[in-house]
Amino acid sequence: MATIADEFHAHSDGHVHDHHDHDHKPGFFARWFMSTNHKDIGTLYLIFAITAGIIGGAISGIMRAELAQPGIQYLGYFAQLLGTKDPSFDQQLHLWNVLITAHGLIMVFFMVMPAIIGGFGNWFVPIMIGAPDMAFPRMNNISFWLTVAGFCSLMCSAFVPGGTGQGAGIGWTAYAPLSTSGSQGPAVDFAIFSLHLAGAGSIMGAINFITTIFNMRAPGMTLHKMPLFVWSVLVTAFLLLLALPVLAAAITMLLTDRNFHTTFFDAAGGGDPVLYQHLFWFFGHPEVYIMILPGFGIISQIVSTFSRKPVFGYLGMAYAMVAIGVVGFVVWAHHMYTTGLSEDVKMYFTTATMVIAVPTGIKIFSWIATMWGGSIRFASPMVWAIGFIFLFTVGGVTGVELANGGLDDNLQDTYYVVGHFHYVLSLGAVTSLFAGFYYWFPKMSGRWHSELLSYLHFAVFFVGVNMIFFPMHFLGMQGMPRRYPDFTPAYAYWNHIATIGYMVMAVSIGIWIVNIIYAFTMGKKAEGNYWGEGATTLEWTLSSPPPFHQFETLPVIKDDGHH
Amino acid sequence: MASGKTHDYHILPPDLVPLATTLGAFTFTTGMVFMMHPETFGALGHIVPWAGLALLLAAMFTWFNKIVNEAHAGDHTPVVQLHQRYGMILFIASEVMFFVGWFWAFFDFSLFPSTISKAIGGQWPPKELEAVLDAFDLPLLNTMILLLSGTTVTWAHHSLIHGDRSGLKKGLWLTIVLGILFSSLQAFEYAHAPFAFGKNTYGSAFYMATGFHGFHVIVGTIFLAVCLARSYRGDFTPRQHFGFEAAAWYWHFVDVVWLFLFVCIYIWGNWGFAVD
Ligand code: HEM
Ligand SMILES: [Cu+2]
Repeated sequence: MATIADEFHAHSDGHVHDHHDHDHKPGFFARWFMSTNHKDIGTLYLIFAITAGIIGGAISGIMRAELAQPGIQYLGYFAQLLGTKDPSFDQQLHLWNVLITAHGLIMVFFMVMPAIIGGFGNWFVPIMIGAPDMAFPRMNNISFWLTVAGFCSLMCSAFVPGGTGQGAGIGWTAYAPLSTSGSQGPAVDFAIFSLHLAGAGSIMGAINFITTIFNMRAPGMTLHKMPLFVWSVLVTAFLLLLALPVLAAAITMLLTDRNFHTTFFDAAGGGDPVLYQHLFWFFGHPEVYIMILPGFGIISQIVSTFSRKPVFGYLGMAYAMVAIGVVGFVVWAHHMYTTGLSEDVKMYFTTATMVIAVPTGIKIFSWIATMWGGSIRFASPMVWAIGFIFLFTVGGVTGVELANGGLDDNLQDTYYVVGHFHYVLSLGAVTSLFAGFYYWFPKMSGRWHSELLSYLHFAVFFVGVNMIFFPMHFLGMQGMPRRYPDFTPAYAYWNHIATIGYMVMAVSIGIWIVNIIYAFTMGKKAEGNYWGEGATTLEWTLSSPPPFHQFETLPVIKDDGHH
Repeated sequence: MASGKTHDYHILPPDLVPLATTLGAFTFTTGMVFMMHPETFGALGHIVPWAGLALLLAAMFTWFNKIVNEAHAGDHTPVVQLHQRYGMILFIASEVMFFVGWFWAFFDFSLFPSTISKAIGGQWPPKELEAVLDAFDLPLLNTMILLLSGTTVTWAHHSLIHGDRSGLKKGLWLTIVLGILFSSLQAFEYAHAPFAFGKNTYGSAFYMATGFHGFHVIVGTIFLAVCLARSYRGDFTPRQHFGFEAAAWYWHFVDVVWLFLFVCIYIWGNWGFAVD
């Protein structure tokens, strides 16, 4: 890649120091509620994602507590807390459904996506391509606020009737007919509109990113010189643009089935509940890549920085992501093997799904090849990145197993699937988020976190999450179904371990928060390129934090004739 | 802002309109929930959705008005115009995928008509239906109307490019009238259709797919009407008139969706069935 600092030929190095007046920031309200600045909007997204993540994480804490032993322990207590007097057994079980729904929706739509695309994407895509801001700064702002509005709508749903009890208890997949005739009351409608609002925001964000990346690259920054993080966001934005509208159609059908007597998913009127699953997963599979591709991008930047050499097989890495994006649109029914698909269809989806393992493998091996022979520095982001590569690989391998239609007939809807997707998400996407956090936090805030606490955070987190999620594979193989608050004593042992793992993981989040507080109170000031040699993308040519408007004169990227 | 910049990109000052628009959208969706659940929210559903809609529309009007003013202020440099082109194409691409969802439902129901539902009886159009709309009656006329409107909008565009302002206005007037005619005929058809909105998959797929199309026709008509008003105001030059082009693109998109609806739902889907 040619995006190396010493090839960076801004006409006026350090021009930001000359014109203090250009760097003046708007007042508090204007700055944070009316922002048209990609870095401020990125910060808002990050703060929002952290808040939502803490709420989503607390919900999973309730779930793990309930699952610590067989029987129903705490659901009644929490149902009362949410306003149901003397909750019946059914109402307690309904709360369970509400919890898994809220946890899934929050983590997917209001934590991972806002953090990785809205947060890091907003912050670093314009800077990495040498642009002063996003293409549509005002639309950037509404993308953020619509996400917040979606979250509010989801929160509203928790306090209104949703059928058996309070709240929407439909799972993050919102399968009909549970989400239609199975859940009377306004809660589910609030949840549906929550996705409409957040989805509209994400589509506008996608349009913004694609336009920015295609039109605003600095002179000399050809597509094939873009940092891989920018490539990853580009592919992700296309997935969002083309997948989310299909979800919008699907949940609109839910809405009209619920309220206006259509019969899209009602068998009595000729409707087809499996149609909902097709529509949902046509969105849903690309969605899982939406959550991981930017993570791939972050890991590529970090591995290259701390190996002090360019990424191995740059073009292969870029086009592997394109391939993952394209093939990701034709594998959706691997989520539906037990819905009565014909053998031929299952064979097709098995094959197509396994094909994705090829570009995914290219990524893993290229990261390893990048480290090979590099002069590696184990700074905290690198430690997280290596953790990512290992953990994501575990999740990828279980994915390839689940891809087999025959095998999945037995594993579908068991804890094996829960194990799989948490390895790619909680241990994959979230690990890449923490890696990116430690990589860029001093850049964004201008202050150093404690590297010691970062290592500690990683170590405790690594132990915790593996303790939670690895046993789930055993439970799944033993046949424990997902989405139940109770289980036979045969499953007690590994569930207990998993709950202890949760507590370990929670401690690690505490360490992280302490680390942030440390940085803001005692952290040293960070210089522009604090990672030094190896950190070669354009954000390292700017101060930390960067000026309010960077690149008022566009940088020029010299052509060095190789990638 | 940013007076030191030496590039052509559009750096914007802080703006309250996005937050106001969001507030409108959120109030609207929340109001819709109120409206759909009078058993929980009582009369709230009569007020809140309309308040939300009003705020939403007012905020959007303010927003688009700002864009027009910025165009006059010269903020839309060539590269910014290119952004807008990309933005509009991508927006239309996402709209296409939205319709893919509705066509998917239609083909699911029509290619695999339910055998367990008595209403459907394993055939398409369903057994329960007495008659369907004759594709070669009003729908054909509507097809001709939309196709014609596609040519009149092109006429307007060519007039604009060649500096013929009156041709621009005439072409736009015609397009808008044809658009309104289409919507009116569609409303007439809805009122007289021999099958209901709810009850079975035929009505569900038909009304939702054509209904969303109709909604897009109305939005497109408003978009064109704004362009007409702007052309009376003296906006648009032969070289810079992206607002007009975006409206025309959108109109063609709506046109193409209709052709698919006409061929798939009206002709193929109704083949061989009794017509009203
Ligand atoms: C090598 C790549 C992958 C393959 C072959 C694969 C395969 C699968 C299969 C076959 C299932 C369905 C299991 C079942 O329900 O019975 C599944 C579920 C799932 N996968 Fe993956 N996967 C891969 C990567 C990923 C990635 C990267 C993510 C997200 C970052 C992800 C997230 C999920 C989620 C969330 C589910 C469960 C959805 C649900 O039912 O709630 N997967 N995967
Ligand atoms: Cu999948």
